[in-house]
Amino acid sequence: MDLIEKIKNRDFRTASRLIRDFEDDVSSARDILKDIYPHTGKAHIVGITGMPGAGKSTIIGELIRRYRIDNKRVGALLVDPTSPFSGGAILGDRIRMQRHFEDSNVFIRSLAARGALGGLSRAVGDSIHVLDAMGNDAVIIETVGTGQQEVDIVNYAHTVAVVLVPGMGDDVQVMKAGLLEIADIFVINKADDDSARKLRLSLMSLVDSGSPIRRPVKPLIAAVGNISNNELYNQGLDQLYRHINAHRNYTLENKECLSAMLEKKLFHELDQALKYVITEDIMKSIAEREDCRREIHKLRTRELDPYSIARRLIKIMQHPSGNPNQS
Amino acid sequence: MTERKIRILLAKPGLDGHDRGIRVLACAFRDAGFEVIYTGCHQTPEQIANTALQEDVDLVGLSCLSGAHRYLFAKVVELLRESGGEDIKVIGGGIIPEHDFTVLRDAGIQAVFTPGSTLDSIVQWVRDNVKTSKRQ
Amino acid sequence: MPYFSNETRKRSKMMTAEWEQRVQDFLDEHPDQKPLWTTISGVDVKRLYTPDDIDELTYENDIGVPGSFPYLRGNHTTGYRSKYWTFRMFSGMGSAEDTNKRWHMLLREGQTGLSTAFDFPTLMGYDTDHPKARGECGKCGVAIDTLEDFMALMKDIPMDRATTSMTINPPATAIWAMYCAVAEKRGVPLSRIGGTIQNDMLKEFIAQKTFMCPPAPSVRLISDTIEFAAQHVPRWNPISISGYHIREAGSTAVQELAFTLRDGIEYVQDVIERKGMDVDSFAPRLSFFFNAHIDFFEEICKLRAARRMWSRIMKERFKAKNPRSCWMRFHTQTAGCSLTAQQPYNNVVRTAIEALAAVLGGTQSLHTNSLDEVLCLPSEHAVEIALRTQQIIAEESGAANTIDPLGGAYFIESLTNELEEKAWQYIQTIDDAGGMIQAIEKGYPQMEIAKASYDFQRQIDSQEKVMVGVNKYKTSNELAVPLVEIDDRIEEEQIKRLQEFRRKRNSRGAARSLESLREACKTGENVMPCCIEAVKSHATLGEICDVYRDVFGEYADPGLF
Repeated sequence: MDLIEKIKNRDFRTASRLIRDFEDDVSSARDILKDIYPHTGKAHIVGITGMPGAGKSTIIGELIRRYRIDNKRVGALLVDPTSPFSGGAILGDRIRMQRHFEDSNVFIRSLAARGALGGLSRAVGDSIHVLDAMGNDAVIIETVGTGQQEVDIVNYAHTVAVVLVPGMGDDVQVMKAGLLEIADIFVINKADDDSARKLRLSLMSLVDSGSPIRRPVKPLIAAVGNISNNELYNQGLDQLYRHINAHRNYTLENKECLSAMLEKKLFHELDQALKYVITEDIMKSIAEREDCRREIHKLRTRELDPYSIARRLIKIMQHPSGNPNQS
Repeated sequence: MTERKIRILLAKPGLDGHDRGIRVLACAFRDAGFEVIYTGCHQTPEQIANTALQEDVDLVGLSCLSGAHRYLFAKVVELLRESGGEDIKVIGGGIIPEHDFTVLRDAGIQAVFTPGSTLDSIVQWVRDNVKTSKRQ
Repeated sequence: MPYFSNETRKRSKMMTAEWEQRVQDFLDEHPDQKPLWTTISGVDVKRLYTPDDIDELTYENDIGVPGSFPYLRGNHTTGYRSKYWTFRMFSGMGSAEDTNKRWHMLLREGQTGLSTAFDFPTLMGYDTDHPKARGECGKCGVAIDTLEDFMALMKDIPMDRATTSMTINPPATAIWAMYCAVAEKRGVPLSRIGGTIQNDMLKEFIAQKTFMCPPAPSVRLISDTIEFAAQHVPRWNPISISGYHIREAGSTAVQELAFTLRDGIEYVQDVIERKGMDVDSFAPRLSFFFNAHIDFFEEICKLRAARRMWSRIMKERFKAKNPRSCWMRFHTQTAGCSLTAQQPYNNVVRTAIEALAAVLGGTQSLHTNSLDEVLCLPSEHAVEIALRTQQIIAEESGAANTIDPLGGAYFIESLTNELEEKAWQYIQTIDDAGGMIQAIEKGYPQMEIAKASYDFQRQIDSQEKVMVGVNKYKTSNELAVPLVEIDDRIEEEQIKRLQEFRRKRNSRGAARSLESLREACKTGENVMPCCIEAVKSHATLGEICDVYRDVFGEYADPGLF
């Protein structure tokens, strides 16, 4: 059986290996993406983001359970930070989804952010395609709960849920980090009635001031409550699950919204790919080719500025043997 | 050829919750630059084997302090072999009497670390025994 | 009034200054062996302690005499002279019959209280034939599934005289119910039985990770047992609030102290709020359990500080009026994690030092570890040495002759204060987080401990801290210790026995009793009477716990770092 068939048949090891090749930047992996891409585009991609300790993983475990009750297949990518000191990581999110460990209709994969700056690593984007091609009806992505990466999730997901906990200074955080603009759904977690109501009010007043195209005027809000109150907690999660599906339906029915969203998403992906395709060869060549190294030298001697060098390097690559000045 | 990151699953099979050792080891592996998937206490061998496959790890580290290691460790190896994960190495630790070392080795456990093993020695074992060259 | 007279203080300051000068001169030629001298928990220790270091103490409020507030020097007015601490060796292995045999051996050898170790399926509330229990039966404690097992365990044990401690947590209600049911069968009224169930779930979430239901319902079940004890089993300790496991998980002495006391606060608060009980009606039956680690003075000070802090908590925070509410009665166990697999006979020495610290710290009850416990379950011979260690301390060493023999020493009082102050800071942090349950949900105590244990291991690896035989003074030819092994066949036999039990019983009766337990769980009525009824109707331990899991949900390791 070839690799694509294996992935379509949900061979977990094969899928996970391919994801690992993306993470490790194995060049042959991108050739495989070529064959995978036609099999993608079917999954509903849900981003779950929020501060560390907001309870994202537990919520995802519960969402998976609800997808399974509806007999849907689910994939989850859990992104955790990499230690800036050692390059290592402890990836502990899946621990909160252990009831699904033995379900062949649920595929869970942890990823370390590996120092991707200002957004999700390219491996995440590529990996989503793998999970999509596996025939998952939903692909859930949990992202590192701080800074730019949270916002970047909007470039990958069809629906973004931001998890907030009252008293964590989250409403301020929301404005600062730009989460207001990206949230399709706010989830109020670990809240008693009173604090949930307050946070809901402050969110309502915040979101009145803007309505991005991809959501129905105002973001939906699901109050999950406190996990120690089993019944309310479950009701809150049911509501969140309904909101996610409602948002999906909204975007599917609202053609203008859908195409705007997809266009933005595809442009982002193309942007990423473009940068990669261009830089990959050049960066490799810089180390190997004498003519490229000469260009670098000009940078060091202040003969040319970085932008000029960049343009010259692109030309060198286009004319492998020639002189950039002649074109 | 650049090295690939070593991915390790650390888990406690069985019912005992003494996770001091395995948690300390998780930190040591992180600080050695490895990626550690930590699934904690009370895991069944089935959960551990499935996670190892879903996470494409190179190595599974098991810890057991209750005395049930003979059954539990061997079961994880057996399940990995059955499901195409025979290349995933398995090591164990905990309160394990010396005369069980050979039993475990015969069952496919590649190394056993008991109280008093230094973190460095375990990290070194991983570096020596897990291939890190990239698949091309 | 200050502790020392102005004259003494003045002279002490002067003499200390002179001495410091001489130290500087000496150091030039003979530098210290290492730059930092700390306790095992990392508290800085000075070269010398003087009156300056305890200057702020007032004798009345901070020290006092034994048997009165703040109980720094002991709960009992007469110390160990009327009664030594209870020699209580934790034991359990294999089947109920095996453990019963070991108990009779210990009683013959002079042990004064029983203490039960259960195997992991029992500790986690699973019957032996549950799939998750495979391979665990009898391995590190006794396997109990049914009332029948429990009767075999208690065979010929005088339940009206011997007190029994049972290390059981999530299924504590079910195990205690079995104890009560057996006593009833033997005609011993509940008012006469004495003992302890550990029954402290918060430390399980924090440290030992033997958990079943989420924190909130777990605490509710504990309040049920505290209420039931106060009403019907007055000589029973319905909880043993434990720092032992917190320490074994790698905490510092201060963390052990702080988290344990804060757990205690959480339980007291819950009983008051949930049951509407007066604090003095139940607080005297709360008991505690600490670790005696290898840093001799730090441990003594920790135990002294614990007593003083608890009395302050009870008096100031909970307005207790009964002096007995202010008593912190505690059991101590020497530190399992201080023992080494290398050169195991050295463990005898470690345990002796730790046991002495526990006694000088004023423990009411003590377990001494056996030299082979880091390798396997203790052998009979090893247990005997451990028990003899206590007897030597009590009857040969003279350590029990006088009360709190180290009280008033500059270093001891100063370190006691310092540990107490640091512990109050932790307690404040947890108060600010909204209480221990909230702190646990955030992973705060778990992560603090994880950090401490990693730091400690790093220090061992780098030889900043020494463990003899592990990172210093290693030998290649070690004396072998004979190992105890539990036969895997015990599992088969236990499963056979359990299935036979289920076949023989009236299953409708068992099912009915479980239904009323379920109702009690839902309505908030005390579960203990239903539990006793259930074990008497031959419901198994696993079936009772299934009801809890079903109603309250299951808790899984959050694995926070």
